[in-house]
Amino acid sequence: MKFETDEFVADRIKKLGEKVTTDIFSSTSPTFNLPVRAASNIHYNKDDGLLYLGTNRSTRDFFNFAHTRKFMQTLLVASKCKELIENQKTASIRELYYELKHNIPGTKENTFEGQDESDPLIEDLETMTDSLREQLHLKADSSGILFGKLIIEDMGDRIDCSKLGKSGLAIPSIVDDYKFLQCDADYVLVVETKAMVDRLVEEKFHLENNAILVGLGGQAARGARRLIKLLNERLKLPVYVFTDGDPWGYYIYSVVKTGSMNLAYESKRLATPNCRFLGMTMDDVDNFSLHKVTEHLKDVDKKRINQLLSYEWFKKPHWVKELKAMLSKGIRIEQQALASKSLEFVAKEYLPQKIAKKDFID
Amino acid sequence: MSEEFIADKLAKEHRSISVAEFFERNKHMLGFSNNTKALITCVREAVDNALDACEDARILPKIYVELKEIDDEVFRVIIEDNGPGIKKKNIPNIFAKLLYGSKFNLKQSRGQQGIGISAAVLYAQLSTGRTTKIYSRIGDGKTHIFKLRINVSSNEPEILSDETIKADGRGTRIELTVRGRYIKGRQSIEEYIKQTAIMNPYAQVVFVDPQGQQFEFSRVVDALPIEAKSIKLHPHGLEIGILMRMLKNTEARNLVLFFTSEFSRVGRNTAVQICTKSGLDTKMKPTTLSRTDTESLFKAIKKVNIQAPQTDCLSPVGAEAIKKGLKKEMNPEFISVISRPPAVYSGYPFQIEVGLGYGGDLDKEGPIHLIRYANKVPLIYEQSACSITRAVLKSNWKRYGIQQSKNSFPTGPLAVVIHIVSVWVPYTSEGKEAIASYDDILKEINLAIQEAARKMKIYISKKVKIKEAEARKKIFHIYCTDVIDALANITDHPRQKIEDGFNALINEKMKAFEVDLTNAGKGVEIQEEFITGIKSDSISNSEEQTIDTEEKQTEPIQDNDEEVVQ
Repeated sequence: MKFETDEFVADRIKKLGEKVTTDIFSSTSPTFNLPVRAASNIHYNKDDGLLYLGTNRSTRDFFNFAHTRKFMQTLLVASKCKELIENQKTASIRELYYELKHNIPGTKENTFEGQDESDPLIEDLETMTDSLREQLHLKADSSGILFGKLIIEDMGDRIDCSKLGKSGLAIPSIVDDYKFLQCDADYVLVVETKAMVDRLVEEKFHLENNAILVGLGGQAARGARRLIKLLNERLKLPVYVFTDGDPWGYYIYSVVKTGSMNLAYESKRLATPNCRFLGMTMDDVDNFSLHKVTEHLKDVDKKRINQLLSYEWFKKPHWVKELKAMLSKGIRIEQQALASKSLEFVAKEYLPQKIAKKDFID
Repeated sequence: MSEEFIADKLAKEHRSISVAEFFERNKHMLGFSNNTKALITCVREAVDNALDACEDARILPKIYVELKEIDDEVFRVIIEDNGPGIKKKNIPNIFAKLLYGSKFNLKQSRGQQGIGISAAVLYAQLSTGRTTKIYSRIGDGKTHIFKLRINVSSNEPEILSDETIKADGRGTRIELTVRGRYIKGRQSIEEYIKQTAIMNPYAQVVFVDPQGQQFEFSRVVDALPIEAKSIKLHPHGLEIGILMRMLKNTEARNLVLFFTSEFSRVGRNTAVQICTKSGLDTKMKPTTLSRTDTESLFKAIKKVNIQAPQTDCLSPVGAEAIKKGLKKEMNPEFISVISRPPAVYSGYPFQIEVGLGYGGDLDKEGPIHLIRYANKVPLIYEQSACSITRAVLKSNWKRYGIQQSKNSFPTGPLAVVIHIVSVWVPYTSEGKEAIASYDDILKEINLAIQEAARKMKIYISKKVKIKEAEARKKIFHIYCTDVIDALANITDHPRQKIEDGFNALINEKMKAFEVDLTNAGKGVEIQEEFITGIKSDSISNSEEQTIDTEEKQTEPIQDNDEEVVQ
């Protein structure tokens, strides 16, 4: 695959290498300078409702014992990305990990011991070269699924997302090249669990309600977030998010809406600030008499709730109220608890009622 | 006989308690409770005597110890020294009379109770029925050979034979035949001799074990420790029983003279003060005091301020000598020794010496090696009852870089030797195995441990730093290859150019780092000689100071030439 940015990105990588060789030839410690990607350096902008990376920067120094390994790994990733661009190939981040993993001669160590070592370095490289993962010819492992009255053109093929049976469209990491040929949907419903998506598909919810269903399968992947953003921006579709009624579900909503801390530098491209939260809420428990099917909060849940309360972008009255209600009741509620009424309850009553009443949280 | 009172009968029984019975009743306290312990006690008493004799005569000791198993669990124990020898007329009393030579004057020595060697002779006689053979030469060209036993009812020596032969040289040799068991390990005779060698590095010891294997413990210090001086008892160290005995035996005409002549640090004024406080007349004749008089006198002594006893009477081993002893027997890579200034506990001067040996040949795993000493003698048994052990347990070893779980023995490659010297070592029992708990003593031990451990900590942290530096250097070299490869791929520079530049930079950086390290280690006391080992040719060239007596040539002894005592 070829991008317009290829030349620019390859040049940025080369400049990074030149910086290091210049350090070496002038007998100074070779270093990288990169933005700090920690909570302390994340800022919430109230005006556009997005998370941004602050201005704090750190230095990665080969001669700092604690940095040496990471320094070496960063250059390996950079070198491999330059190769991918030159060869017009795109690799998954897992493939990148395996391509770079090798034994370091004279030791029992490998260059990388796990993908969790290489993944953050990709994000570092993105910030250092001012480019996106996709422009580095890397893709995240695809995750996310789509159903609905939407026709897409992908690599010249026409895909009708309403005729994909119970399989749906597996959302790839790179969706910027999608062309939306036709759309007969009224809104996008983002759903946390794939099991819930399966339920809604079996009930033909998307067809009967003119909805585009996007199943996340847990935390939202970049491809899914980018696609939600494109549907919202290009097709002007409203986006509703439907997750479990617990801090983990609420955080998924905040990632779709305001961006994630890890990828704060990409919030503008990935986040959909005008999306709305549909449920589950603590009010749902009362309004739909779900008291008997709630679960008790565990210590980790409580800890997470308090963390959310400390985030700037959760400091809105209705979210504080929601989270505090959860704490005081000591309960959480899962999407699938709605099955306690009947299997079709969620498709026939819960969702249509909530959407009709516009019972959303911002 | 119906007229006889019960008391009369009891009195008769009292009188008939023989030395043998006394021994039987007290043998656990005297160190003869089982065969293993008995054998080690016999060796220990004889070696203690030999070393004391040499030191008193200012002769660098040369000791020969040999064990032969002549029958199942019956051993011939031979200990020979190059000491001054013993005058012919004193030989029987020294070896074959219990409690001979008890003294009121105090002097730091290994033997303290005057029981030691005669108890071993008695044990030999009671356990195997054999006599003990003594050889002694004082340097007059003659060797006296005695066969002795103790008359168990009268506690008098019995001489079974006494001959004199011509022989040059000087020294004493004792041959005991005892029942015993020979073991290996931490409480073995071999270990006892090794430990003795650490704290007596000016002695040369040769040990031949029952298998005929010979071990040599070389002399690494050519000077004896300063001489122990005898001092008079300090009033604050007095016990009432001793006071009664002293009052009875004194030749002083009145109480003031009694105090000024029999005690240290008591002048006329102090003596008068004691008498006034006790309400007794200064002119009273000491032998006429009643029991109540004695008691009030005893109480008065404790109330009077008396100058602390002089402390120049002690004979510590000294930091340098202990270092050398530790080095040659344990071979640690680092040694720090603290010899504290003398202090006083209840009227007795004492002094603490602590040596720490770290790393080197010491076991990296398991508990540290603690060796306790009192007056240069290793204490082998009752470690847990000893206040030295308590002080070690209570110290915070973690602070000094040694692992320790709470309230338990520290672990790691560390040898701790702790030595108390005193004119009167406060043992917990007659067995002389453990030191009793006195605050003044514990405090000194703690201070010495802290002081020595602080020095060790500096060494350990420096060692850790050096290790880290080496690891760093390695890491830089290991990781630079991949960096060079990546840079060669990313940039247009030739690989070789990058590699040369990078290697030069790493070497430069490491040099700067090593300078840092040297500065960090400044002021650290690591004596090179102890790190690299002691030059072995400085050992054992000191014979000029002593007369070489060539002791090992004394005529061999045949088993069959012994009588059996019934």
